Amino acid sequence: MLTRSSFAAVSALTAGAFLLGLTGCKKEDAAADSAAEIVIGEVAAMTGGTATFGTSSHAGTQMAIDELNEGGGLLGKKLKLLLEDDQSKQGEAGTVAKKLISRSKIVALLGEVASGKSLEMGPICQKAGIPMISPASTNPKVTEVGDFVFRVCFIDPFQGTVMGKFAMSRGWKKVAVLTDTKQDYSVGLAQYFKEYFAKNGGTIVSEQSYSSGDKDFKAQLTAIKPTAPDAIFASGYYNETGLIATQARELGITGPLLGGDGWDSPSLVQVAGKAIEGSFFSNHFSNEDTSPRIQAWVKKFQEKNGGKTPDAMAALGYDSAMILADAIKRAGTTEGKALRDAIAKTTDFDGITGKITLDEKRNANKSAVVLTIKDGKFSFVETLKP
Amino acid sequence: MSQFLQQLLNGLFLGSIYALIALGYTMVYGVLRFINFAHGDIFMLGAFAGLYLNKLLAPLLVSLPWPVSVLIVLLLSMIICAVLGIVIELLAYRPLRDKPRLNVLITAIGVSLFLEYTGQRVFGATQQPFPALIPPSRIGGLGDLTVTFTQVIVLVTAVVLLISLRFVVMKTKMGLAMRALSLNPTASALMGVNNSVVISFTFGLGSALAAAGGILYASLYPSIEPFMGVLPGLKAFVAAVLGGIGNIPGAALGGLIIGVVETLVAGYSTNIGVPSGYKEGVAFIILILILLFKPSGLLGKVEREKV
Repeated sequence: MLTRSSFAAVSALTAGAFLLGLTGCKKEDAAADSAAEIVIGEVAAMTGGTATFGTSSHAGTQMAIDELNEGGGLLGKKLKLLLEDDQSKQGEAGTVAKKLISRSKIVALLGEVASGKSLEMGPICQKAGIPMISPASTNPKVTEVGDFVFRVCFIDPFQGTVMGKFAMSRGWKKVAVLTDTKQDYSVGLAQYFKEYFAKNGGTIVSEQSYSSGDKDFKAQLTAIKPTAPDAIFASGYYNETGLIATQARELGITGPLLGGDGWDSPSLVQVAGKAIEGSFFSNHFSNEDTSPRIQAWVKKFQEKNGGKTPDAMAALGYDSAMILADAIKRAGTTEGKALRDAIAKTTDFDGITGKITLDEKRNANKSAVVLTIKDGKFSFVETLKP
Repeated sequence: MSQFLQQLLNGLFLGSIYALIALGYTMVYGVLRFINFAHGDIFMLGAFAGLYLNKLLAPLLVSLPWPVSVLIVLLLSMIICAVLGIVIELLAYRPLRDKPRLNVLITAIGVSLFLEYTGQRVFGATQQPFPALIPPSRIGGLGDLTVTFTQVIVLVTAVVLLISLRFVVMKTKMGLAMRALSLNPTASALMGVNNSVVISFTFGLGSALAAAGGILYASLYPSIEPFMGVLPGLKAFVAAVLGGIGNIPGAALGGLIIGVVETLVAGYSTNIGVPSGYKEGVAFIILILILLFKPSGLLGKVEREKV
């Protein structure tokens, strides 16, 4: 009952905002706002090392934009999503973000998944006064750049702490940490994990690092082995994690690996196979969620994407676009400052990845799920609240 | 102690692959006096050739014992890459043979980028799992040390290829022609050596070795992508310079040294105060040191440029 009435209230409000938006638009029509489309930029890694993130989040974002257009667009205009590929390269994200802002005159920017690249784009959007919403960058520094940068996911202090809590709850007291020093994300996650773990009576028995793109982890794992850890916290991305798992098992290390949302890719299981079975990672969303709304969404996603099951990146990509659309509706304009204010006021937005409220630091507060790899599939273990 | 031995072994296996790639660099340099920067990408193509051959021939391979199927995949992709190497030389490098050497060098970088991005277009950018050609199992009876079957096969294959290469260069007529060409191209042509054929052969042989390296590497680290050749290629280049570029045993030695040093730095990072992520830099520090103190490399001969 409650949900139905609140839904009615929300739709009445949005309809109102919509009308206001229309009238607001008319006034500006003669001026700069003559374009028939609202152009939204997106930067994602469609190729290169983290390409499965980019392709997934883009599929989600595109689905949201298509849905909005089917529903008549926003402010009486159709939406147009301009995608730029940053090739998973540090340095490229900033370049394409500049290009989108200066040449394509986008009203807002969606992206990137990887924190390192969002950190590059943040200052550019901030300077240009273009709101940016990152779907999945979890490093806290990302939104500290300025008040135009938002995200729709939780942050690493939370994610690192969640995995720390999880390890404790399983009775693992000795953990080794293996960090990708090239990725802000991995470094941050490891740092918060260590802090929580050490504070609560756990011991970090070994700390090793590598850099993205490495294939050989035998040296680091050989150094870890004699310390006999109960688990290894491998906070890097799926590419390297797959190989780490394989090589750890080859060296006879049997404990589970722990990680963050950077593991969420089918590629992980393809590369690691049996070696990754029984390991755990935290994530934003589980497609095994039984709620009818999520299942309907999963089904719709599959229809659009050739049967591909949506992962967390797809769900976050979808949510980032929907939050932006919601804010455009409420602001009634696509002018940078007004739009920013509207995004900042996002409260209890009912996203696919949970109820999203943006706090004063422009981060989303929501719970995380812990998944395990079982029979080659990611299966749900538990939900941990902030 | 056993940890140290384990690290040495890890380094040895890694180094044997660097050695295999370094040979291709050194051989082409020995004959043509130019660095084929596309070599690392042939290495990548070798791995992908292995992947696709394995998929294509799967019905046939299943019925065969695994050593035979590994040999088939290995030899076929070596042949494919040899042909590719010859074609690349024919199209990209041969037209520039009489031009300044810098032109060829820059072309080589162009070819390298061309192969990487074409690879990305054709194979896709994401990592693909490489099938386990060699059954995964550990070799027991070594106490605390772990050696996998794959590692042993990789090492043995690398050694066999090194020895056969040595044989080709030192004992065959083609090898004699290669050495003659490397000493003086004009004189060798006057002695009746068909330089073009010898150069094509050198490229073919070098590319075949790179392909073998690619398959072995992919067997050890079963995740392949179009850019996988960049770093191993660079490190193998450093290995070739370290051993003395143009010198075949030198390249093998250089490869082993780089592999072992890199692994030890990563493995003992906490003891020496260098984060293990810095191991990538080791090869390049070695390169700088070698260029400063012994530019001709460990086994290379000092050559004076004639003015």
